[in-house]
Amino acid sequence: MPTEHIVTSFDEELSRLSDLISRMGGLAEVQIERSIESLQRRNTEEATQIIEADRAIDLLQTEIEELAIQMIARRQPLATDLRATVAGLKIAPHIERIGDYAKNIARRTIALNQHPPVKPMFTIPRMGRMARTMVQDVLDAFSNHDLAKARAVWERDAELDDMYDSLFRVLLTYMMEDPRSITSCTHLLFVARNIERIGDIATNIAELVHYQVEGEAMTEDRPKTDQASITVLDSN
Amino acid sequence: MTDAAMSEDNTPKELEAALEKAPETEAVKALPIKVRATDVNVFYGDNHALKDVTIDIPEHRVTAFIGPSGCGKSTFLRCINRMNDTIDICRIEGKIEIDDRDIYDRSIDVVQLRAKVGMVFQKPNPFPKSIYDNIAYGPRIHGMVAGKTDTDEMVEASLKRAGLWAEVKDRLAQPGTSLSGGQQQRLCIARAIAVSPQVILMDEPCSALDPIATARIEELIDELRRNFTIVIVTHSMQQAARVSQKTAFFHLGVLVEQGNTEQIFTNPVDKRTQDYITGRFG
Repeated sequence: MPTEHIVTSFDEELSRLSDLISRMGGLAEVQIERSIESLQRRNTEEATQIIEADRAIDLLQTEIEELAIQMIARRQPLATDLRATVAGLKIAPHIERIGDYAKNIARRTIALNQHPPVKPMFTIPRMGRMARTMVQDVLDAFSNHDLAKARAVWERDAELDDMYDSLFRVLLTYMMEDPRSITSCTHLLFVARNIERIGDIATNIAELVHYQVEGEAMTEDRPKTDQASITVLDSN
Repeated sequence: MTDAAMSEDNTPKELEAALEKAPETEAVKALPIKVRATDVNVFYGDNHALKDVTIDIPEHRVTAFIGPSGCGKSTFLRCINRMNDTIDICRIEGKIEIDDRDIYDRSIDVVQLRAKVGMVFQKPNPFPKSIYDNIAYGPRIHGMVAGKTDTDEMVEASLKRAGLWAEVKDRLAQPGTSLSGGQQQRLCIARAIAVSPQVILMDEPCSALDPIATARIEELIDELRRNFTIVIVTHSMQQAARVSQKTAFFHLGVLVEQGNTEQIFTNPVDKRTQDYITGRFG
Protein backbone atom coordinates (compact mmCIF):
# COMPACT_ATOMS: atom_id res chain seq x y z
CA MET A 1 0.00 0.00 0.00
CA PRO A 2 1.42 3.37 -0.98
CA THR A 3 0.03 5.39 1.94
CA GLU A 4 -1.06 4.46 5.39
CA HIS A 5 -4.37 4.68 7.15
CA ILE A 6 -5.05 7.29 9.79
CA VAL A 7 -6.09 4.34 11.96
CA THR A 8 -2.89 2.29 12.10
CA SER A 9 -4.53 -0.84 13.52
CA PHE A 10 -6.43 -1.11 10.23
CA ASP A 11 -3.12 -1.26 8.36
CA GLU A 12 -1.98 -3.96 10.74
CA GLU A 13 -5.10 -6.01 10.08
CA LEU A 14 -4.76 -5.66 6.32
CA SER A 15 -1.15 -6.77 6.38
CA ARG A 16 -1.99 -9.60 8.76
CA LEU A 17 -4.65 -10.78 6.31
CA SER A 18 -2.14 -10.72 3.49
CA ASP A 19 0.48 -12.52 5.63
CA LEU A 20 -1.96 -15.25 6.65
CA ILE A 21 -2.82 -15.90 3.01
CA SER A 22 0.85 -16.11 2.07
CA ARG A 23 1.43 -18.49 4.95
CA MET A 24 -1.55 -20.65 4.01
CA GLY A 25 -0.39 -20.64 0.38
CA GLY A 26 3.14 -21.61 1.46
CA LEU A 27 1.78 -24.61 3.35
CA ALA A 28 -0.28 -25.63 0.32
CA GLU A 29 2.79 -25.43 -1.94
CA VAL A 30 4.72 -27.72 0.43
CA GLN A 31 1.79 -30.14 0.51
CA ILE A 32 1.73 -30.35 -3.30
CA GLU A 33 5.48 -30.92 -3.42
CA ARG A 34 5.45 -33.56 -0.70
CA SER A 35 2.45 -35.38 -2.18
CA ILE A 36 4.17 -35.70 -5.55
CA GLU A 37 7.38 -36.77 -3.86
CA SER A 38 5.68 -39.46 -1.77
CA LEU A 39 3.90 -40.70 -4.89
CA GLN A 40 7.17 -40.90 -6.78
CA ARG A 41 9.01 -42.64 -3.93
CA ARG A 42 6.03 -44.86 -3.02
CA ASN A 43 6.38 -43.58 0.52
CA THR A 44 3.27 -44.52 2.51
CA GLU A 45 4.57 -43.03 5.72
CA GLU A 46 5.07 -39.61 4.21
CA ALA A 47 1.68 -39.81 2.52
CA THR A 48 0.11 -40.40 5.93
CA GLN A 49 1.89 -37.33 7.31
CA ILE A 50 0.59 -35.25 4.43
CA ILE A 51 -2.98 -36.25 5.20
CA GLU A 52 -2.49 -35.15 8.81
CA ALA A 53 -0.76 -31.89 7.83
CA ASP A 54 -3.81 -30.70 5.87
CA ARG A 55 -5.42 -29.73 9.13
CA ALA A 56 -3.03 -26.78 9.54
CA ILE A 57 -4.29 -25.36 6.22
CA ASP A 58 -7.91 -25.75 7.30
CA LEU A 59 -7.18 -23.92 10.54
CA LEU A 60 -5.59 -21.03 8.67
CA GLN A 61 -8.63 -20.78 6.46
CA THR A 62 -10.84 -20.37 9.52
CA GLU A 63 -8.49 -17.76 10.91
CA ILE A 64 -8.48 -15.78 7.64
CA GLU A 65 -12.23 -15.88 7.31
CA GLU A 66 -12.75 -14.76 10.88
CA LEU A 67 -10.32 -11.89 10.42
CA ALA A 68 -11.92 -10.76 7.15
CA ILE A 69 -15.45 -10.91 8.58
CA GLN A 70 -14.34 -9.02 11.65
CA MET A 71 -12.71 -6.35 9.42
CA ILE A 72 -15.91 -5.95 7.42
CA ALA A 73 -17.93 -5.61 10.62
CA ARG A 74 -15.59 -3.23 12.40
CA ARG A 75 -13.85 -1.22 9.67
CA GLN A 76 -16.37 -1.17 6.84
CA PRO A 77 -13.54 -1.26 4.29
CA LEU A 78 -14.02 0.59 1.00
CA ALA A 79 -12.30 0.75 -2.38
CA THR A 80 -8.86 -0.98 -2.33
CA ASP A 81 -9.36 -2.04 1.28
CA LEU A 82 -12.72 -3.59 0.42
CA ARG A 83 -11.20 -5.38 -2.55
CA ALA A 84 -8.27 -6.67 -0.46
CA THR A 85 -10.68 -7.97 2.18
CA VAL A 86 -13.02 -9.59 -0.31
CA ALA A 87 -10.13 -11.08 -2.29
CA GLY A 88 -8.70 -12.53 0.95
CA LEU A 89 -12.05 -13.98 1.87
CA LYS A 90 -12.36 -15.58 -1.55
CA ILE A 91 -8.76 -16.77 -1.96
CA ALA A 92 -8.63 -18.65 1.37
CA PRO A 93 -11.18 -21.35 0.36
CA HIS A 94 -9.34 -21.78 -2.95
CA ILE A 95 -6.11 -22.52 -1.12
CA GLU A 96 -8.00 -24.84 1.17
CA ARG A 97 -9.13 -26.77 -1.93
CA ILE A 98 -5.53 -27.00 -3.12
CA GLY A 99 -4.69 -28.56 0.24
CA ASP A 100 -7.54 -31.02 -0.21
CA TYR A 101 -6.24 -32.05 -3.64
CA ALA A 102 -2.75 -32.63 -2.21
CA LYS A 103 -4.31 -34.69 0.57
CA ASN A 104 -6.24 -36.68 -2.01
CA ILE A 105 -3.05 -37.38 -3.95
CA ALA A 106 -1.50 -38.70 -0.70
CA ARG A 107 -4.52 -40.96 -0.15
CA ARG A 108 -4.22 -42.36 -3.64
CA THR A 109 -0.48 -42.84 -3.12
CA ILE A 110 -1.27 -45.14 -0.20
CA ALA A 111 -3.64 -47.11 -2.44
CA LEU A 112 -1.16 -47.18 -5.34
CA ASN A 113 1.57 -48.51 -3.07
CA GLN A 114 -0.41 -51.71 -2.63
CA HIS A 115 -0.02 -52.46 -6.35
CA PRO A 116 3.00 -52.81 -8.59
CA PRO A 117 4.11 -49.52 -10.16
CA VAL A 118 2.76 -48.57 -13.58
CA LYS A 119 4.80 -46.75 -16.14
CA PRO A 120 2.74 -43.61 -16.84
CA MET A 121 3.34 -42.59 -13.25
CA PHE A 122 6.57 -40.99 -14.36
CA THR A 123 4.89 -38.09 -16.20
CA ILE A 124 3.01 -37.09 -13.05
CA PRO A 125 5.96 -35.31 -11.35
CA ARG A 126 6.31 -32.92 -14.28
CA MET A 127 2.65 -31.96 -13.99
CA GLY A 128 3.02 -31.64 -10.24
CA ARG A 129 6.02 -29.33 -10.52
CA MET A 130 4.16 -27.16 -12.96
CA ALA A 131 1.07 -26.89 -10.73
CA ARG A 132 3.24 -26.09 -7.76
CA THR A 133 5.03 -23.30 -9.64
CA MET A 134 1.68 -21.88 -10.74
CA VAL A 135 0.51 -21.77 -7.13
CA GLN A 136 3.77 -20.21 -6.02
CA ASP A 137 3.69 -17.58 -8.77
CA VAL A 138 0.07 -16.65 -8.22
CA LEU A 139 0.71 -16.17 -4.51
CA ASP A 140 3.72 -13.98 -5.32
CA ALA A 141 1.46 -12.02 -7.66
CA PHE A 142 -1.03 -11.66 -4.80
CA SER A 143 1.58 -10.39 -2.33
CA ASN A 144 3.15 -7.96 -4.79
CA HIS A 145 -0.01 -6.88 -6.65
CA ASP A 146 1.79 -8.11 -9.74
CA LEU A 147 -0.74 -8.20 -12.58
CA ALA A 148 1.71 -9.46 -15.21
CA LYS A 149 2.67 -12.43 -13.09
CA ALA A 150 -0.99 -13.24 -12.33
CA ARG A 151 -1.73 -13.09 -16.00
CA ALA A 152 1.15 -15.40 -16.87
CA VAL A 153 -0.24 -18.01 -14.46
CA TRP A 154 -3.67 -17.56 -15.99
CA GLU A 155 -2.25 -18.24 -19.44
CA ARG A 156 -0.07 -21.14 -18.38
CA ASP A 157 -3.03 -23.23 -17.26
CA ALA A 158 -3.69 -24.30 -20.86
CA GLU A 159 -0.33 -26.06 -20.89
CA LEU A 160 -1.20 -28.04 -17.77
CA ASP A 161 -4.55 -28.94 -19.33
CA ASP A 162 -2.70 -30.28 -22.39
CA MET A 163 -0.45 -32.42 -20.22
CA TYR A 164 -3.49 -33.81 -18.47
CA ASP A 165 -5.23 -34.55 -21.79
CA SER A 166 -2.29 -36.52 -23.14
CA LEU A 167 -1.80 -38.42 -19.87
CA PHE A 168 -5.50 -39.25 -19.95
CA ARG A 169 -5.10 -40.83 -23.38
CA VAL A 170 -1.99 -42.72 -22.33
CA LEU A 171 -3.72 -44.13 -19.25
CA LEU A 172 -6.74 -45.24 -21.28
CA THR A 173 -4.45 -47.03 -23.68
CA TYR A 174 -2.65 -48.78 -20.81
CA MET A 175 -5.89 -49.91 -19.29
CA MET A 176 -7.07 -51.33 -22.59
CA GLU A 177 -3.80 -53.17 -23.09
CA ASP A 178 -3.57 -54.61 -19.61
CA PRO A 179 -6.76 -54.78 -17.55
CA ARG A 180 -4.72 -55.71 -14.48
CA SER A 181 -3.43 -52.15 -14.41
CA ILE A 182 -6.91 -50.64 -14.24
CA THR A 183 -6.87 -50.08 -10.48
CA SER A 184 -3.52 -48.30 -10.51
CA CYS A 185 -4.24 -46.38 -13.69
CA THR A 186 -7.57 -45.17 -12.32
CA HIS A 187 -5.88 -43.88 -9.18
CA LEU A 188 -3.27 -42.17 -11.33
CA LEU A 189 -5.98 -40.67 -13.45
CA PHE A 190 -7.47 -39.11 -10.33
CA VAL A 191 -4.04 -37.91 -9.24
CA ALA A 192 -3.59 -36.24 -12.63
CA ARG A 193 -7.07 -34.81 -12.36
CA ASN A 194 -6.26 -33.37 -8.93
CA ILE A 195 -3.13 -31.72 -10.29
CA GLU A 196 -5.07 -30.33 -13.21
CA ARG A 197 -7.66 -28.92 -10.79
CA ILE A 198 -4.88 -27.26 -8.77
CA GLY A 199 -3.95 -25.43 -11.98
CA ASP A 200 -7.56 -24.32 -12.40
CA ILE A 201 -7.58 -23.00 -8.87
CA ALA A 202 -4.34 -21.09 -9.45
CA THR A 203 -6.16 -19.55 -12.43
CA ASN A 204 -9.12 -18.61 -10.21
CA ILE A 205 -6.73 -16.96 -7.77
CA ALA A 206 -5.07 -15.10 -10.67
CA GLU A 207 -8.49 -13.69 -11.54
CA LEU A 208 -9.00 -12.58 -7.94
CA VAL A 209 -5.61 -10.86 -7.96
CA HIS A 210 -6.73 -9.05 -11.10
CA TYR A 211 -9.95 -8.02 -9.34
CA GLN A 212 -8.10 -6.82 -6.29
CA VAL A 213 -5.63 -4.70 -8.24
CA GLU A 214 -7.84 -3.41 -11.06
CA GLY A 215 -11.20 -3.27 -9.33
CA GLU A 216 -12.96 -5.25 -12.01
CA ALA A 217 -13.29 -8.84 -13.11
CA MET A 218 -11.29 -10.20 -16.05
CA THR A 219 -13.63 -10.19 -18.99
CA GLU A 220 -11.80 -12.46 -21.42
CA ASP A 221 -12.49 -16.16 -21.69
CA ARG A 222 -9.89 -18.52 -20.34
CA PRO A 223 -7.33 -19.64 -22.90
CA LYS A 224 -8.50 -23.23 -23.01
CA THR A 225 -10.21 -25.89 -20.94
CA ASP A 226 -9.19 -29.52 -20.88
CA GLN A 227 -10.59 -31.88 -23.47
CA ALA A 228 -10.21 -35.10 -21.48
CA SER A 229 -13.78 -35.02 -20.25
CA ILE A 230 -15.03 -35.35 -23.82
CA THR A 231 -12.30 -37.63 -25.13
CA VAL A 232 -13.43 -40.91 -26.71
CA LEU A 233 -10.94 -43.63 -27.57
CA ASP A 234 -11.79 -46.20 -30.19
CA SER A 235 -11.58 -49.58 -28.46
CA ASN A 236 -10.77 -51.47 -31.65
CA MET B 1 -45.62 5.36 3.24
CA THR B 2 -49.37 4.81 3.45
CA ASP B 3 -51.71 4.14 0.54
CA ALA B 4 -53.13 7.64 0.76
CA ALA B 5 -49.71 9.15 0.32
CA MET B 6 -48.82 6.77 -2.48
CA SER B 7 -51.93 7.74 -4.43
CA GLU B 8 -50.45 11.20 -4.81
CA ASP B 9 -47.48 9.73 -6.52
CA ASN B 10 -46.80 11.83 -9.57
CA THR B 11 -44.03 9.64 -10.97
CA PRO B 12 -44.76 8.71 -14.58
CA LYS B 13 -45.50 5.04 -15.17
CA GLU B 14 -42.54 4.47 -17.48
CA LEU B 15 -40.17 5.98 -14.96
CA GLU B 16 -41.68 3.86 -12.23
CA ALA B 17 -40.99 0.82 -14.35
CA ALA B 18 -37.44 2.00 -15.01
CA LEU B 19 -36.85 2.45 -11.29
CA GLU B 20 -38.02 -1.07 -10.59
CA LYS B 21 -36.26 -2.85 -13.43
CA ALA B 22 -33.14 -1.17 -14.68
CA PRO B 23 -29.90 -1.68 -12.80
CA GLU B 24 -28.73 1.52 -11.14
CA THR B 25 -25.85 2.04 -13.48
CA GLU B 26 -28.06 2.00 -16.55
CA ALA B 27 -30.77 4.05 -14.90
CA VAL B 28 -28.43 6.86 -13.90
CA LYS B 29 -27.35 7.27 -17.51
CA ALA B 30 -30.85 7.06 -18.91
CA LEU B 31 -32.55 9.49 -16.54
CA PRO B 32 -33.10 13.12 -17.47
CA ILE B 33 -30.87 15.73 -15.90
CA LYS B 34 -32.63 17.85 -13.29
CA VAL B 35 -29.82 20.15 -12.22
CA ARG B 36 -26.91 21.02 -14.47
CA ALA B 37 -23.95 22.99 -13.13
CA THR B 38 -21.35 24.27 -15.56
CA ASP B 39 -18.00 25.80 -14.52
CA VAL B 40 -19.28 27.07 -11.21
CA ASN B 41 -16.81 29.18 -9.23
CA VAL B 42 -17.58 30.61 -5.80
CA PHE B 43 -15.59 33.28 -3.99
CA TYR B 44 -16.02 34.44 -0.41
CA GLY B 45 -14.16 37.74 -0.70
CA ASP B 46 -10.66 36.66 -1.75
CA ASN B 47 -11.20 33.03 -0.87
CA HIS B 48 -11.76 30.93 -3.96
CA ALA B 49 -14.06 28.33 -2.36
CA LEU B 50 -15.21 26.38 -5.44
CA LYS B 51 -13.25 25.89 -8.62
CA ASP B 52 -14.86 25.09 -11.99
CA VAL B 53 -17.44 22.67 -10.73
CA THR B 54 -19.34 20.92 -13.51
CA ILE B 55 -21.85 18.23 -12.67
CA ASP B 56 -25.18 16.83 -13.86
CA ILE B 57 -27.64 15.79 -11.18
CA PRO B 58 -30.09 13.16 -12.46
CA GLU B 59 -33.80 13.39 -11.77
CA HIS B 60 -35.40 11.01 -9.25
CA ARG B 61 -32.06 9.97 -7.95
CA VAL B 62 -30.14 10.65 -4.75
CA THR B 63 -26.82 12.35 -5.41
CA ALA B 64 -24.37 12.44 -2.49
CA PHE B 65 -21.62 15.02 -2.04
CA ILE B 66 -18.74 13.79 0.08
CA GLY B 67 -15.41 15.30 1.07
CA PRO B 68 -13.48 16.59 4.07
CA SER B 69 -14.64 19.67 6.00
CA GLY B 70 -14.10 22.86 4.05
CA CYS B 71 -13.95 21.08 0.69
CA GLY B 72 -16.80 23.17 -0.74
CA LYS B 73 -19.54 20.55 -0.84
CA SER B 74 -21.95 22.55 1.35
CA THR B 75 -21.06 25.74 -0.51
CA PHE B 76 -22.00 24.05 -3.75
CA LEU B 77 -25.22 22.65 -2.27
CA ARG B 78 -26.20 26.15 -1.21
CA CYS B 79 -25.65 27.44 -4.75
CA ILE B 80 -28.46 25.20 -5.98
CA ASN B 81 -31.16 27.22 -4.20
CA ARG B 82 -29.20 30.46 -4.06
CA MET B 83 -28.74 30.36 -0.30
CA ASN B 84 -25.35 31.97 -0.82
CA ASP B 85 -27.12 35.14 -2.02
CA THR B 86 -27.66 35.96 1.64
CA ILE B 87 -23.88 36.27 2.18
CA ASP B 88 -22.68 39.72 1.10
CA ILE B 89 -19.10 38.85 0.25
CA CYS B 90 -20.08 35.78 -1.75
CA ARG B 91 -19.65 35.94 -5.53
CA ILE B 92 -20.71 33.19 -7.93
CA GLU B 93 -19.59 32.62 -11.50
CA GLY B 94 -20.67 29.98 -13.99
CA LYS B 95 -24.08 28.56 -14.66
CA ILE B 96 -26.55 26.43 -12.72
CA GLU B 97 -29.63 25.30 -14.58
CA ILE B 98 -32.69 23.51 -13.27
CA ASP B 99 -34.81 22.02 -16.06
CA ASP B 100 -32.61 23.96 -18.51
CA ARG B 101 -33.37 27.33 -16.89
CA ASP B 102 -30.51 29.36 -15.47
CA ILE B 103 -31.40 29.92 -11.81
CA TYR B 104 -29.12 32.96 -11.57
CA ASP B 105 -30.98 34.69 -14.40
CA ARG B 106 -32.51 38.08 -13.53
CA SER B 107 -36.00 36.85 -14.34
CA ILE B 108 -35.85 34.21 -11.60
CA ASP B 109 -37.87 34.88 -8.45
CA VAL B 110 -35.67 33.62 -5.64
CA VAL B 111 -38.63 32.98 -3.34
CA GLN B 112 -40.22 30.77 -5.99
CA LEU B 113 -36.89 29.09 -6.63
CA ARG B 114 -36.54 28.15 -2.96
CA ALA B 115 -40.07 26.74 -2.97
CA LYS B 116 -39.00 24.60 -5.91
CA VAL B 117 -35.69 23.67 -4.30
CA GLY B 118 -36.30 22.79 -0.67
CA MET B 119 -33.64 22.43 1.98
CA VAL B 120 -33.15 20.36 5.11
CA PHE B 121 -30.34 21.31 7.48
CA GLN B 122 -27.91 19.52 9.74
CA LYS B 123 -29.69 20.46 12.93
CA PRO B 124 -33.47 20.08 12.89
CA ASN B 125 -34.83 23.63 12.96
CA PRO B 126 -38.61 23.57 13.34
CA PHE B 127 -40.32 26.95 13.61
CA PRO B 128 -41.31 27.85 17.19
CA LYS B 129 -44.86 26.98 16.26
CA SER B 130 -47.20 24.00 16.45
CA ILE B 131 -46.51 20.88 14.44
CA TYR B 132 -49.48 21.79 12.27
CA ASP B 133 -48.31 25.35 11.60
CA ASN B 134 -44.79 24.20 10.80
CA ILE B 135 -46.23 22.41 7.79
CA ALA B 136 -49.01 24.89 6.93
CA TYR B 137 -46.77 27.96 6.98
CA GLY B 138 -45.08 27.52 3.61
CA PRO B 139 -48.15 26.55 1.56
CA ARG B 140 -50.05 29.48 3.12
CA ILE B 141 -47.51 32.14 2.23
CA HIS B 142 -47.18 30.67 -1.27
CA GLY B 143 -50.98 30.75 -1.62
CA MET B 144 -51.08 27.01 -2.29
CA VAL B 145 -53.97 26.28 0.07
CA ALA B 146 -57.42 27.85 0.44
CA GLY B 147 -59.43 27.28 3.59
CA LYS B 148 -59.11 24.96 6.54
CA THR B 149 -60.09 21.66 4.88
CA ASP B 150 -57.59 22.24 2.14
CA THR B 151 -54.84 23.02 4.64
CA ASP B 152 -55.76 20.06 6.85
CA GLU B 153 -55.45 17.71 3.91
CA MET B 154 -52.14 19.14 2.85
CA VAL B 155 -50.71 18.92 6.37
CA GLU B 156 -51.81 15.31 6.65
CA ALA B 157 -50.45 14.38 3.24
CA SER B 158 -47.07 16.00 3.94
CA LEU B 159 -46.71 14.36 7.34
CA LYS B 160 -47.64 11.00 5.83
CA ARG B 161 -45.08 11.37 3.10
CA ALA B 162 -42.47 12.15 5.71
CA GLY B 163 -43.50 9.06 7.66
CA LEU B 164 -44.44 11.13 10.71
CA TRP B 165 -48.24 11.17 10.58
CA ALA B 166 -48.90 8.15 12.79
CA GLU B 167 -46.65 9.54 15.50
CA VAL B 168 -48.06 13.08 15.61
CA LYS B 169 -51.65 12.95 14.37
CA ASP B 170 -53.04 13.28 17.91
CA ARG B 171 -50.76 16.12 18.93
CA LEU B 172 -50.73 18.49 15.97
CA ALA B 173 -51.24 21.51 18.22
CA GLN B 174 -48.13 20.83 20.26
CA PRO B 175 -44.97 22.75 19.45
CA GLY B 176 -42.69 21.23 16.82
CA THR B 177 -39.83 21.53 19.26
CA SER B 178 -41.54 19.06 21.62
CA LEU B 179 -40.70 16.20 19.26
CA SER B 180 -37.56 14.04 19.47
CA GLY B 181 -34.56 14.94 17.29
CA GLY B 182 -35.37 12.36 14.62
CA GLN B 183 -39.03 13.37 14.59
CA GLN B 184 -38.05 17.04 14.32
CA GLN B 185 -35.91 16.23 11.32
CA ARG B 186 -38.78 14.38 9.66
CA LEU B 187 -40.98 17.38 10.51
CA CYS B 188 -38.49 19.59 8.65
CA ILE B 189 -38.62 17.20 5.69
CA ALA B 190 -42.44 17.28 5.80
CA ARG B 191 -42.23 21.08 5.89
CA ALA B 192 -39.90 21.08 2.88
CA ILE B 193 -42.13 18.80 0.81
CA ALA B 194 -45.33 20.68 1.78
CA VAL B 195 -44.59 23.36 -0.82
CA SER B 196 -44.23 20.67 -3.55
CA PRO B 197 -40.58 21.17 -4.38
CA GLN B 198 -38.87 19.33 -7.21
CA VAL B 199 -35.44 19.19 -5.67
CA ILE B 200 -34.62 18.64 -1.98
CA LEU B 201 -31.19 19.61 -0.69
CA MET B 202 -30.07 17.96 2.51
CA ASP B 203 -27.05 19.26 4.39
CA GLU B 204 -25.94 16.44 6.72
CA PRO B 205 -29.52 15.65 7.74
CA CYS B 206 -28.57 12.82 10.09
CA SER B 207 -25.44 14.04 11.81
CA ALA B 208 -27.36 14.96 14.97
CA LEU B 209 -29.43 11.77 15.05
CA ASP B 210 -29.02 8.35 16.62
CA PRO B 211 -28.70 5.27 14.35
CA ILE B 212 -32.41 4.37 14.55
CA ALA B 213 -33.56 7.88 13.65
CA THR B 214 -30.87 7.91 10.94
CA ALA B 215 -32.19 4.66 9.47
CA ARG B 216 -35.70 6.15 9.39
CA ILE B 217 -34.50 9.22 7.52
CA GLU B 218 -32.51 7.07 5.07
CA GLU B 219 -35.57 4.93 4.42
CA LEU B 220 -37.54 8.14 3.88
CA ILE B 221 -34.93 9.50 1.44
CA ASP B 222 -35.20 6.31 -0.58
CA GLU B 223 -38.97 6.72 -0.83
CA LEU B 224 -38.84 10.42 -1.55
CA ARG B 225 -36.63 10.00 -4.59
CA ARG B 226 -39.59 8.59 -6.50
CA ASN B 227 -41.11 12.06 -6.45
CA PHE B 228 -38.19 14.36 -5.91
CA THR B 229 -34.58 14.81 -6.91
CA ILE B 230 -32.42 14.65 -3.82
CA VAL B 231 -28.96 16.01 -3.18
CA ILE B 232 -27.38 15.13 0.14
CA VAL B 233 -24.17 16.30 1.77
CA THR B 234 -22.85 13.78 4.25
CA HIS B 235 -19.73 13.09 6.25
CA SER B 236 -20.69 9.47 6.60
CA MET B 237 -19.24 7.45 3.76
CA GLN B 238 -21.46 4.55 4.68
CA GLN B 239 -24.50 6.79 4.49
CA ALA B 240 -23.52 8.04 1.03
CA ALA B 241 -22.99 4.42 -0.03
CA ARG B 242 -26.36 3.39 1.40
CA VAL B 243 -28.67 6.13 0.16
CA SER B 244 -27.23 7.52 -3.06
CA GLN B 245 -27.05 6.35 -6.64
CA LYS B 246 -24.54 8.98 -7.68
CA THR B 247 -21.63 10.27 -5.61
CA ALA B 248 -19.42 13.30 -6.09
CA PHE B 249 -16.18 13.77 -4.15
CA PHE B 250 -14.99 17.31 -3.41
CA HIS B 251 -11.55 18.28 -2.19
CA LEU B 252 -10.10 21.77 -1.67
CA GLY B 253 -12.90 23.37 -3.70
CA VAL B 254 -12.44 20.99 -6.62
CA LEU B 255 -14.92 18.37 -7.73
CA VAL B 256 -12.37 15.57 -7.95
CA GLU B 257 -14.49 12.67 -9.07
CA GLN B 258 -18.11 11.82 -9.71
CA GLY B 259 -19.76 8.60 -10.76
CA ASN B 260 -22.12 5.82 -9.89
CA THR B 261 -22.03 5.26 -6.15
CA GLU B 262 -20.99 1.62 -6.43
CA GLN B 263 -18.06 2.54 -8.64
CA ILE B 264 -16.88 5.34 -6.33
CA PHE B 265 -16.90 3.06 -3.29
CA THR B 266 -15.44 -0.05 -4.87
CA ASN B 267 -13.17 1.27 -7.57
CA PRO B 268 -12.51 5.03 -7.47
CA VAL B 269 -10.34 6.37 -10.28
CA ASP B 270 -8.63 9.30 -8.58
CA LYS B 271 -6.06 8.68 -5.88
CA ARG B 272 -7.48 11.50 -3.73
CA THR B 273 -10.90 9.85 -3.73
CA GLN B 274 -9.27 6.53 -2.90
CA ASP B 275 -7.32 8.06 -0.01
CA TYR B 276 -10.33 9.89 1.39
CA ILE B 277 -12.84 7.05 1.36
CA THR B 278 -10.36 4.53 2.76
CA GLY B 279 -9.32 6.87 5.57
CA ARG B 280 -5.80 7.57 4.36
CA PHE B 281 -5.88 11.37 4.38
CA GLY B 282 -2.95 12.82 6.27
